[in-house]
Formats: sequence, C-alpha cells, structure tokens
Amino acid sequence: MLSDWTLWLEWFIKALVVIFALLTGFAYLTWYERRALARIQSRIGPNRAGPFGLLQPIADAVKLIFKEELTPGRADRIIFFWAPVITLVPSIIIAAVIPWGTSFTAFGRNITLYLADINVGVLYLMSIASIAVYGIVLAGWSSNNKYAMLGGLRSSAQMISYELALGLSFVTAIILANSMSLLDIVNAQKSLVHIGNVTLPFPMWFVFVQPVGAVIFWIATLAEVNRAPFDMPEAEQELTAGYHSEYSGMKFALFFMAEYQKMIVICAIAATLYFGGFLGPFVDRFPLLGPLYLLIKVVLLLFGMIWVRATWPRIRYDRLMSFGWKVMLPLSLAITFITATGIVLADQFHNQLYFWAIPFVSILIGLFTVVMIYRELRRKAYERA
Amino acid sequence: MSVLDPVVELARGLWTTLKMMVEKPVTYQYPEQKREVRPRFRGRHVLKRYDNGLEKCIGCSLCAAACPADAIFVEAAENTDERRFSPGERYASTYEINMLRCIYCGYCEDACPTEAIVLGDNYELSFFDRRSAVYDKEMLLEPVPTPEMLTPQKVEPGKYNRRSVPEMKDPQD
Repeated sequence: MLSDWTLWLEWFIKALVVIFALLTGFAYLTWYERRALARIQSRIGPNRAGPFGLLQPIADAVKLIFKEELTPGRADRIIFFWAPVITLVPSIIIAAVIPWGTSFTAFGRNITLYLADINVGVLYLMSIASIAVYGIVLAGWSSNNKYAMLGGLRSSAQMISYELALGLSFVTAIILANSMSLLDIVNAQKSLVHIGNVTLPFPMWFVFVQPVGAVIFWIATLAEVNRAPFDMPEAEQELTAGYHSEYSGMKFALFFMAEYQKMIVICAIAATLYFGGFLGPFVDRFPLLGPLYLLIKVVLLLFGMIWVRATWPRIRYDRLMSFGWKVMLPLSLAITFITATGIVLADQFHNQLYFWAIPFVSILIGLFTVVMIYRELRRKAYERA
Repeated sequence: MSVLDPVVELARGLWTTLKMMVEKPVTYQYPEQKREVRPRFRGRHVLKRYDNGLEKCIGCSLCAAACPADAIFVEAAENTDERRFSPGERYASTYEINMLRCIYCGYCEDACPTEAIVLGDNYELSFFDRRSAVYDKEMLLEPVPTPEMLTPQKVEPGKYNRRSVPEMKDPQD
C-alpha cells in the first residue's frame, strides 16, 4: 500500500524533470538552431563560449537577465507584465501528457515514465495549444504599438486557421489508434506491419499508414508555433519583431523561451502521434531507452524545422490564409474521411487490404491537391500576363 | 513546368540547403587567424624613410591640403646638417593624423611629392578616448633596424642639401 506522500513525491520529481528538460532543451535548442543554420549558410556559428560554443546559451541568459526592462508609455502595464507568463505557461504544461516511456521498477515500486496518462490526452493538447495564442494577442495589444498589435492579430488569425487542419490530423491519429490517450496511441504503433500473411520489417508508425496526415500535421504545427515559413506574426522586415517588439530583457526571454519550448513540445507530439513516440528497438526490455528514442526523434524533427527555416522564404499573409482554408482544411477533411472509411471497411469485411488502401488513396488525394495548386498558380500567372 | 512543380520546386530548395551543410565554412577565426589584405588595401598610414633612415616627408603639407576630411595636421621646420631629419630644406616637426576623421581615401598618398605617406595594411585601430585617436609622428614613422639610423642625424655638410624626388612608378598589381 502506497502512502500518499511518496506518490506526491514521485509526481513532484517527474514534473521537475519535465520542466528542467524543457528549460535545458530550450537553451540548447537555440544553440542547435544557430549552429545548424550557420552550417547551412557556410558559417560556423557560435563557437567561442566553451567547447563548440556549448556555453553560449548561458552567456545569452546572463545578458538577458541584466538587460534593462522597458515598458512603453501608455502601455497596459498589468497585461503587459502578464502576457509573457501567459505565453510561457501553456508551452510548459502541454508537455505533461507526452509519454516518454512505459514504466520501470525502482525503490520497490513501479515508476511510470510519463507525468499523466489522461484518457483525453489529445483534447488536452489541443486546448492548451490554443491557450498560448492569448499571451501573444495580449502582448501585442498591451504594447501600445501598431506593429506589435498587427503581429498579435496575425498570430491569432493564423492559429485559428491552422488549428482546424491540426485538429483533423490529430483526429486521424486518434481513429487509427482508437483512443485519445497518448500512451495508447504510441502503443498502437508498436506492432510490425502485416498485410494479409506478409509481415514487413518496419513498425506500424502512423506516418506509414497516413503519410499525408503527417505532412498536414507538420505544416500546421509550423504555423501553430509561428515558425518559418509561417512566421508572419514576427516578420522582422514588416513588423520589426511583431508582438514582442516592445519587450526587452527577461520578459523578452520568456517569449523566446515559450517559442522554443513550443517547438520542442510540438516535435515531441509529432513523434508521439506519427513516428512511434518512445518506441524503438529493445524498448520493451529496457524501458529507460524510451526517453532516449523520443529525444532522438525530437532532435531529428527539430532539424526539419530549422532546415525549413533556412530554405523557404516567408509566405505572404493572404496566401497563408488561403492555403490554410482552401488547401489544408479540405485536404485534412478528406484524409480523415479516407482513414475512417478504410478502418470501417476493414472491420466490416475482415480484410486488412482495405486498411492498407488508406496510405495509397491518401497519397493520391495529396497528389490531386498538388495538381490543383499547380492549376491555380497557372491561372494566376495567366491573369497577370 | 510540370504538374508536380509545387512540390518539386520546394524539394529542390531543401536539397540545395542540405548540400550546403557538407561544404566547408568560409569563416576565419578572426583574432587567431587573419586574412591577408589585398595589395592595394588602404589601412593605417605609415611615414616612410629612405634606406639610410632619413625621413621621406619634407613637411610640405600637400597631404593636409588634399585631405577631404581635414584629418592631417603638418608643421614644418628647417633642417640643418647638425640635426637632419630629411633631405632638403625642411622636415615635418609635427605630423598628426586624426584616425577618427580619416576616411582612408588615400588622397594624401596621391598628393605626396616624395612618396612619404603610404596607407599600410593595419586595419585594427581602436581607441579608448578621442585624444588617443590622434596619431603623432612617432606612431606613424616606420621603425628603423638600427638606432643610429634614427632621426635627427648628424650628416656631412652639403650632402643632403637638395631634396630628392623619387622615381614615380605605376602600381605593379
């Protein structure tokens, strides 16, 4: 029989571990991004502070702490103060439901490698992810600065538009796993792929079942965390820095922190939903490998984000909106429909071939979308000529 | 243009940046590793000497007249055979360049009749106050290999009474 306080202690320690992992992850993600971007641009990147520049985040943190904090005149002081906090808190607490392993035995008790496995985990993710936009809008509004205001407005419009596609790609993973709990979603990706009697040597990650869903998820998350090429809310050339133009010192650091923690968390979610989460070889026998596998997947996905940032130019705002509403939303609806149909047909006729028709039909629909985009671009070019 | 262009073009962009990852960075690790300046680079000024150590500068102030930023100040004094600084009648008793005013245009170099002032290859100039940005003659003069070549020199009378005009050559590079 567990006494109550040991359970509390366990939760407390695990929560501390998650927060600590996110804070260190944020610091070293900035270093990782700067180094990777530099290499893509034929530079070296920060390499002065410590070996390979590994102490650079600490130097940055010290600098930001000692910087003067300015509050613009006629700003709404209370909201101006709380906006960074409102932005930061969701980006930390969203990590609570992400499983980083199964469980192991230590000190004579079973310790689970996740903070909370709630049965509406995905709903929790959706709701917390949309709370983050409040901070950004409030920051933009309270700054008493038109550029900050525009950044905040853009951000809210963008998040609302892409949240639909994001939600539908969540739904795809939910119906594939038949559960809203993230742990169940990961476990549903455990078995090897077998079509009829043939077993293929790779696990049933949902990215193989629903590749188009994974792509939609990826694009929507880029928009959701305001990353390039969807970083309209902080477009430097147009809005100076967007919603955090007026923030300096530690308040700015909080926004920065929130943005990078959101990147980490959203990559962890992408890994969980579509890339098998903490699953990997031997993870059943050594559950402590789970966090390692998740970390590797997150680092690879983060490289994808940095790579995209280094490559593609920022998309124009009206195109961003029309892409969100006219392409992403119908496509994700179609993907959800196809997935659901495939599962129901496979169930009804007891034939897995229906299930494995899902990726092929989805890719066909994706190609159809690309063709439609191509036609639209051709039409626009014709009108301009 | 093919039908799949919207995707193919994006992928080509990604491939271009990924290829750059394996290329060697062009960065110089600056304070430790410096790049050679170009032959005609215009850096900090140097006041040249003849081979025997006499200064080339004759204190004519043409450089100060040519300077668009009014950065050069020259004061001339008479040479004697007892105390000879340069061949000819006069030498620069004061020669100051304000490095904060200087725009490194090289007009002083062009104006100089004796090729005394040359813009060198030192670009690492920094000062803690404005006063130390004014470089005087001692800082600008070329160093000498042996102390007896320092100016003023005691020379045999009449040998350096005429100022020497250097042979002006076109740049070789």
